Amino acid sequence: MTTEEKMEEFKGANLYSNVHKIDLPEFYTSGHRTCQGCESALVMRDFIKAAGPRTVVTGATGCMYVANTSYMTTPWVVPWMHTQLGGGGSSAVGMAAGLRALMRKGKIPKENINVINFSGDLGGGDMGIGGVSMALQTDYNLLVIMYDNESAANTDIQATNMTPWGAQTTFSPTGTKERIMHKRWKKNVAAMLAVGHPNCKYVATACATFPPMDYMNKVKKALSIGGPTFIHTLDPCPKGWDYHPRYSGDLGQLAVKTGVFPLYEIVRGEVRYTYDAAAKKRVPVREYLEKQGRFSHFKEEDYDFFQQRVDEMWEEWEVPGIAPIRGALKLRK
Amino acid sequence: MTTEAVLKDVYESEELLTGTDAVAQAVRLADVDVFSAYPIRPYTGVMDRLAKFIADGKFDAEYIIADGEHSQFEIAKHASSVGARAFAGSSGTGWLYATEALAATATDRLPVLALVGNRALDDPGAFGVEHNDAMLVRDLGWLIVWASTAQEALDTTLIGYRVAEDPKVRMPCAVAMDGGYLTHSQHMVKIPTKEAVKRFLPPYDLGKRRLHPDNPISIAPQVNEDWGMEIRRQNWEAAKRAVGVIRKAYDEFESIFHAGYPNPFFEEFMTSDADTIIVGMGTVSAAAKTAVRQMRKKGDKVGYIKLRWFRPFPSEELRKALSRASHLGVIDRDFAHGGPDDAGVLFTDISSALYRAKSRPPVIDFIAGLAGREVSIEDVIAMFRKVEKAEEADVVNWVRVREKSNRGSQGNSSGGKSD
Repeated sequence: MTTEEKMEEFKGANLYSNVHKIDLPEFYTSGHRTCQGCESALVMRDFIKAAGPRTVVTGATGCMYVANTSYMTTPWVVPWMHTQLGGGGSSAVGMAAGLRALMRKGKIPKENINVINFSGDLGGGDMGIGGVSMALQTDYNLLVIMYDNESAANTDIQATNMTPWGAQTTFSPTGTKERIMHKRWKKNVAAMLAVGHPNCKYVATACATFPPMDYMNKVKKALSIGGPTFIHTLDPCPKGWDYHPRYSGDLGQLAVKTGVFPLYEIVRGEVRYTYDAAAKKRVPVREYLEKQGRFSHFKEEDYDFFQQRVDEMWEEWEVPGIAPIRGALKLRK
Repeated sequence: MTTEAVLKDVYESEELLTGTDAVAQAVRLADVDVFSAYPIRPYTGVMDRLAKFIADGKFDAEYIIADGEHSQFEIAKHASSVGARAFAGSSGTGWLYATEALAATATDRLPVLALVGNRALDDPGAFGVEHNDAMLVRDLGWLIVWASTAQEALDTTLIGYRVAEDPKVRMPCAVAMDGGYLTHSQHMVKIPTKEAVKRFLPPYDLGKRRLHPDNPISIAPQVNEDWGMEIRRQNWEAAKRAVGVIRKAYDEFESIFHAGYPNPFFEEFMTSDADTIIVGMGTVSAAAKTAVRQMRKKGDKVGYIKLRWFRPFPSEELRKALSRASHLGVIDRDFAHGGPDDAGVLFTDISSALYRAKSRPPVIDFIAGLAGREVSIEDVIAMFRKVEKAEEADVVNWVRVREKSNRGSQGNSSGGKSD
């Protein structure tokens, strides 16, 4: 697909062509109490900027609920409602269904209202995965954003299934007997959802800061393509990852450039890398890991293991960085 | 003034319907906008029927098959928040699986209506009726009402929406019915016309609390000690106000449909001169009423009260009705293991209400019909005999239960020693 074709495909999405074209009005404003350097807050601010004010939002329990929406100090200029930790997908379905029924029956004016849910990695990827899956099986126009800061960042930084291998959390502290407590490899949520929901037209991964505009344009694409859609963002978290807040942007970029977090979109089943870590020379994962206190207990062998797993992702997986399946092509030969 | 002409005007037909079918008819007539389904016996017939309505073009609503009861009730809650009339339902542990969503629906003050086809809780996976499932939400800010005939199920669903959506109330409403005994038993049911229902049930209007881009509010931002208590207080006040709203709704229902509910909260059967009264909920009333009739023939001054509204609990009305009697019994199709006097839930509530009565008749409890076990006319007669001598009886009496003394037989042990 040529660049022209790509632009044509999302003509109705009003994609940003450069940073100066980004809309100025803010719909996620003062009132929140997120940490300095919080990338998840940026994920909030940017998705609603991209979506605009004719939007209803549900936010699942998580740090972006508790830190954002203290009673009487909501930062949301758009209508917003809390949903339960595992209620992300179903809350979006409920709202989209309600709006569609009311419009069809003439009870409210017909218009295109965006329905967006945001859930954290614990809510969207673990507890609420069933509801998200159900949402992606429907024909409602909705977007679920899983903002992934790789821990239950609101409750003391506990491990989730999106926490990277080896990271220290309060549920996976390093100790004198067990240096590495968290032995699970990060759950591959976006690809799993893309593979499992053939009617879902748009699944993407994103990083709020890198490449510039990429995330906001993915939100615009998701909202314009029709039907249920899903975006998984990786959000550096100074508190949970243990680094100085000034490095949030750098760490997001490094996660992508090291290939630790593959950046792609799957449009109607077609994979498009929005940063091709297989084609480009990948930065060694060590440069990403050693900037974070949560990996400070790593020994050489741990860095090596981590690097080896990331190499496998890009060099051995049938769909590099996306589908952890090997050997299918060989079998065909 | 109940004339044929008036009734012709408000009822479109009369059909043989199960309890769940009757609720499906009410959901259709209430012009529900969104309903979400997930299968579990015995409530699920209502969703089967609604799905067929959709398939046949008889009902216009968004129909969502959820991935579990938690999602089912989250869908209903959020549909309700944008101003859509929403319906869901469940049974037994399915209802419990939704508990988190159920709690938040009540604290968000969203008037979702749910059918609870009462079912025993796992383990051991029994399908039979027990009331503990619906009772789970009794303290959470749900309205809970028991229907015991299919007609009552249809009527109560319409009344339930009306009460739940009233701006003075705005609480979710659980319409409960005995699994099997009502969900799956057929009765002749008068089905109202859409026009008549429209006169009774105004459109759902959340007013300033409706979530829409034209009304950009935040619902349920996080609260701690600063405001949480005031929010609880508002819920409490709504539940108190519901009593008056229920009364008014039944008055109006009566004036349109002439349905015969002189007392919204409970039905009194031959209690006006009764010395001995038994109170119960649900379909056990069929056996109980027959027992009363049979005993009356022999001159026993007995009566039965079928409680409909369990939340709000009609304390004042029950005090008035019950403190006239000289002896009282309560049938609990539920359990409250280790609770006060080791009695059932309904008994504990009634005893608590009676404590403030000027005259307090002795009251004993019957744990009966658990896991769907039958409660027969003879069982109820035996209960009345025991209640007549309540002073000498145990507080808690298990009915028709195999006990150590008669292990192996399933005889009527309501006369035996309890505990």
